[in-house]
Amino acid sequence: MVELARRFGITEKRKSRVSTGVSLPVLLSLAAAAAFLVIGSVVSSIFAQQTVAGLAQGAIFGSLALALVLIYRATEVINFAQGEMAMATTYVAYQLNLWGLSYWLAFFLTLVIAFVIGVVVQLAVIRPVQHKSVLAVVIITVGLFILIDGIVIWKWGADLKFMPAPFGNTVYHLGSVAFSRQDIGVLFVSILSVILLWLLFQFTKLGLAMRAAALRPASASLVGVRVNWMLAIGWGLAAVLGAVAGLMTEPTVFLQPTMMQAILLYSFAAAVLGGLESPTGAVVGGLALGVFLNLIGQYVGFATSELRLPIAFAVLLVVLLVKPNGLFGRKQVRRV
Amino acid sequence: MSKPLLELDHVTARYGPVQALHGITLAADEGEIVAVLGANGAGKTTTLRAISNTVRRDGEIRFAGKALGRGGPEAVARLGIAHLPEGRGTFAELTVWENLRLGAYTRSGPLKDDFARVQTYFPWLEDRRNQQAGTLSGGEQQMLALARAFMQRPRLILLDEPSLGLAPLLVTEIFRIVKDLNEHEGLTVLVVEQNARLALQLSHAAYVLEVGRVALFGPSAELQEHESIRRSYLGY
Repeated sequence: MVELARRFGITEKRKSRVSTGVSLPVLLSLAAAAAFLVIGSVVSSIFAQQTVAGLAQGAIFGSLALALVLIYRATEVINFAQGEMAMATTYVAYQLNLWGLSYWLAFFLTLVIAFVIGVVVQLAVIRPVQHKSVLAVVIITVGLFILIDGIVIWKWGADLKFMPAPFGNTVYHLGSVAFSRQDIGVLFVSILSVILLWLLFQFTKLGLAMRAAALRPASASLVGVRVNWMLAIGWGLAAVLGAVAGLMTEPTVFLQPTMMQAILLYSFAAAVLGGLESPTGAVVGGLALGVFLNLIGQYVGFATSELRLPIAFAVLLVVLLVKPNGLFGRKQVRRV
Repeated sequence: MSKPLLELDHVTARYGPVQALHGITLAADEGEIVAVLGANGAGKTTTLRAISNTVRRDGEIRFAGKALGRGGPEAVARLGIAHLPEGRGTFAELTVWENLRLGAYTRSGPLKDDFARVQTYFPWLEDRRNQQAGTLSGGEQQMLALARAFMQRPRLILLDEPSLGLAPLLVTEIFRIVKDLNEHEGLTVLVVEQNARLALQLSHAAYVLEVGRVALFGPSAELQEHESIRRSYLGY
């Protein structure tokens, strides 16, 4: 047998060919961009401030983009209602806060509620049409968008509401650079939630089963994974990420029914930038977009806030022309 | 006399308007290797799919004396039936080790002992733990599929064309491992195979399907001598 195995090269160690989906040019340009940001921040305090603020904004894009990617991988559609679900759950936190819960207690309770909402949405309206057609699911998510909007306006009204500032208004000074505690806090919470999710997916049995169910549902069910439940849990986790994004957006744009609509578009751009299938890509895409937009706004005269969205999509267009699969889009490497 | 581990009783199945199985009756005793032979479209794969609940079927299937419900493939997997489908069911995007962990998904407890036992059959797995399964060769993927099934600690393995797309020498190797698993681990195997000669050498009993019906069955040694089998499937 050893003889036979050797003949087929089975025993010899081969170079591992694990594809991470990241090509060297992409990695190098990301490293170059990071170096540019660090050098710029050392040279100019305004540059440093704008970079940190951009990272905070980008972390929000990144977490909502990650929610989109999670659902895209499991259900193969873009959930157009992701932003509105995030907005609605932020209203839930607002209501809990009104009822007397402290901000952070309301925050964590909202994450639990968001999870339940995500699961229920998948079970109630997505699952029945999931195997019919992709278009049907897309239309359902558009319908959810409108429905959630309507419910929120009916329940809480369309006027601006305010929640207590989660991180206070402290400003830290580091030399001549001023960082707002809020930016740091938003960045920290968003990145932490992304890391926790990554740990769940990478190191737990549940996470492994969820990945298997999303990648190969038929094979997953044959090893005993309850695929339908995994997809529902995926929607729940996406809703939790959305809730984090909503709650971290609230301190800057305040509570209103339209608060997440532009953010959803940026997040969509970030997700596509990253490759749509790649969780890492979504987060990196979000951070890159956030920083880029902030720096452009600071240093390029014509890039006023009205032009932010077109500029974001122009960047996306250029990247996709060069790399149609997105920055982290993986090409299937497989031998059969 | 002990009851068979697996019994199919007039099982029928259809894909839309096309009737694939017209009433299959089949039994596999505990510790046996049973081969299912037949031409393309005879219903071999569908028979396996009927057992693992991946196709809608009528008629009763009993496993270890109990009727199989219709709770979907995951419920069947939990009963201790490992189905290795066409294409081997490999999670190509995941690593070798993740594939093995998924094999053990229905069980709780540590996997160390199982992995050690798997390694006695597939010693190369240790070196490739972190390799993406899709980059393995066809033969390696088939072995990984067997290893994954083994991690499940099943009582019954459903093997769908393990020889498909593999070089003849590798096919022999795979069949030898199946035989080993059967002899040393007491695994019952129901194997669908195009290569009738090999399948009859490997198995204890065999069923020959023709257009969704059992045309012939019996101990493999007898079938090897059977006139029409020799002419149709063995070619001499």
